Amino acid sequence: MKELFILVVVAVFTSITYYLVEPFAHSQMHHHIESEGFTYKDLPALTKKGDATRGKDLVMGAGACTGCHSIEVAGMPAPMDAVSASGAYGVNPPDLSNAGSVYDAKFLAALIKNPAHALMVEHKFDPAKGQMHPMAQFYGAGGDLDQEVADMVAYLQSIAPKGEKLTPKMAFETACGRCHAVHYENWTQIGEKPKFKKKQDELAFDTKVLDYQDNLRKYMGTLPPDLSIYIRSRGEHYIKTFMENPQNYLKGTAMPRVGVNAEAAEKVIEYLEDSGDTKRHEREEVGKKVMVYIIIFAIFALLWKKQVWKELH
Amino acid sequence: MAHFTKATSVHDWLNQRLGIDTVRRVMATEYWIPKNINFLWAMGMVLAITFGLLLVSGIFLLMYYQPNVATAFDSVNYTIMREVEFGWLWRHIHGVAASVVFLIIYIHMFTGIYYGSYKKGREMIWISGMLLFVAFSAEAFSGYMLPWGQMSYWAGMVITNLFAGGSLHADGLVEWIRGDYVPAQAFLNRFFMLHVLLIPLAILGLIGLHFGALRIPHVNNQDGEEIDFEAEAAKYKAGDKKGSKVIAFVNDFMSKDMMVVGFYLIFFFYLVFFHYDFAMDPVNFDPANGLKTPAHIYPEWYFLWSYEILRPFSTDIGLIAFAFAQVIFVLLPFLDRSPNTVPASRRGLFKYWFWAMLVDMIVLTAMGKLPPEGIFSTIGLYAALTFIGLWIILPFITKSEKKA
Repeated sequence: MKELFILVVVAVFTSITYYLVEPFAHSQMHHHIESEGFTYKDLPALTKKGDATRGKDLVMGAGACTGCHSIEVAGMPAPMDAVSASGAYGVNPPDLSNAGSVYDAKFLAALIKNPAHALMVEHKFDPAKGQMHPMAQFYGAGGDLDQEVADMVAYLQSIAPKGEKLTPKMAFETACGRCHAVHYENWTQIGEKPKFKKKQDELAFDTKVLDYQDNLRKYMGTLPPDLSIYIRSRGEHYIKTFMENPQNYLKGTAMPRVGVNAEAAEKVIEYLEDSGDTKRHEREEVGKKVMVYIIIFAIFALLWKKQVWKELH
Repeated sequence: MAHFTKATSVHDWLNQRLGIDTVRRVMATEYWIPKNINFLWAMGMVLAITFGLLLVSGIFLLMYYQPNVATAFDSVNYTIMREVEFGWLWRHIHGVAASVVFLIIYIHMFTGIYYGSYKKGREMIWISGMLLFVAFSAEAFSGYMLPWGQMSYWAGMVITNLFAGGSLHADGLVEWIRGDYVPAQAFLNRFFMLHVLLIPLAILGLIGLHFGALRIPHVNNQDGEEIDFEAEAAKYKAGDKKGSKVIAFVNDFMSKDMMVVGFYLIFFFYLVFFHYDFAMDPVNFDPANGLKTPAHIYPEWYFLWSYEILRPFSTDIGLIAFAFAQVIFVLLPFLDRSPNTVPASRRGLFKYWFWAMLVDMIVLTAMGKLPPEGIFSTIGLYAALTFIGLWIILPFITKSEKKA
């Protein structure tokens, strides 16, 4: 049939144009990076089985983690407020309550032993040049270093919320939230901005955020971007592979490898979707209904045409 | 003064005052369309429906959009996308329709070229159509500025820079257009005005002209056959609907239009809900930043072919080639010297000209988006030269065309 042939011609030229302008052009403009599934193949596997009780003593011990990190679930407060901490370290050291379920175990172990290496920022922190990473390396408490690190990881995992208890927001805050604001979710680098009754209090809070951002800017070289709609501007694939290894996209960037495990990465994505693609469920839902409606409309239109044209042919 | 009698019904009351029966007859039931047409003849109605979708969704968006450089981005991406009930739906309809409308315009245009629907009294249909194309282009560009994202800003910067005219260095003109040295508040405000008032007004006027231009020469048909509309209409009215070569606009033509519109809307709403990304460039979801140039600046897909005619040449020659590309389609009825009004397939060399032009524009479109490096920039250069060459040879090959 002639009309069908014309339709095929139109569809073929349209599809070729679409293919060239969208998938093909984008494949040429951005090199594709395959996700490694957050396996961190470059880091050594844990060889020792950790013991959480011994780990607790190590984590809480003098000169260990709690000198800088808070662990709220274990009742350990932060030694400094966020702004002072960012002044001292460049960025506020994370609370470790969720670390065990957000970060990959191999990554945590490697981080404790050699932060700059695990974070992939050795280009920025070269001890030979006197550039020390603000997180001190753990040299061991006198026993077997690998065993001690495994114990510490086991402890962090034992206190961390499991499965559904780790919400997308918690995953995001731990992994990204001390450098990145998300103003569509009211998130600032020093925490969620509360509702203030008095303008003075709000201004005081905003001043703290600005001070923190100044410190962060000095530390990172630039203020890390607000991620409110990164899910639309970068997309899920880019964000995931970027988190896995920022050096893939931006060679020499100051952004560290985040070290999240696959589940936590999904949660971070979910948080970003809640912020930047809030109505996605509604869109799916309404979309299906509209499609059903419009197909019925098209069927009726077809029947009407057939009826009218019966007399014309 | 006309003589009015006591109305027997609301219909009669209106009919005495507005002549609604006459309007209906002239505009609909006795507005004659050739029967020998295919679904491509419904593209006008598809465009009208798409324009309606743009207008309605635009009105809803206008209620929340804020034309201010400090708030524009968030008024779109936060207020409309998150806070307003179904704001996301209106935005996606608006964004997808703005892209799809150009696909349909190009199909409509190439249909006209293929069937020779710009000749023998139909020149004004073609010219008013091309003016509509220009108006839609301006409407699309001004609308693209409004979310005030990175691509809005940088596209605004690049396109307004063209008005400096290369070596003419008409920087004063560029500043006058921007209302500032760089795209800023004055720029956003005036493009907002253009997008929601002046250009839509022009479009509405041009649509009226486009429809009006159809009236006297009538719609063309699949074989370019000259139809005696009066005789055929008389046949139709006498009851010989099967034998007549014409059909009534309503319901005959309209029923076919609506069928095509129905299938088109399935495609359209599929894009709106499940495949909208192509129409909403990710780069524009980063807020405008005058200190950070995006890695790749490219226009939306429908401007790529003319962008690629600008790009491979040095500034001045590029601008001349670009200006050539912008106006040359308008002149088609005068550059085609053949008296034949038949489909391209029956027109000798023009048949090859048509497909070469179509393929060349697709190549230009693809190269316009790709980074201008290596093989892509070579292909782009030759495609641009081919475009110009095709237009130069058009009068010659059509002049020597035999009478079909």
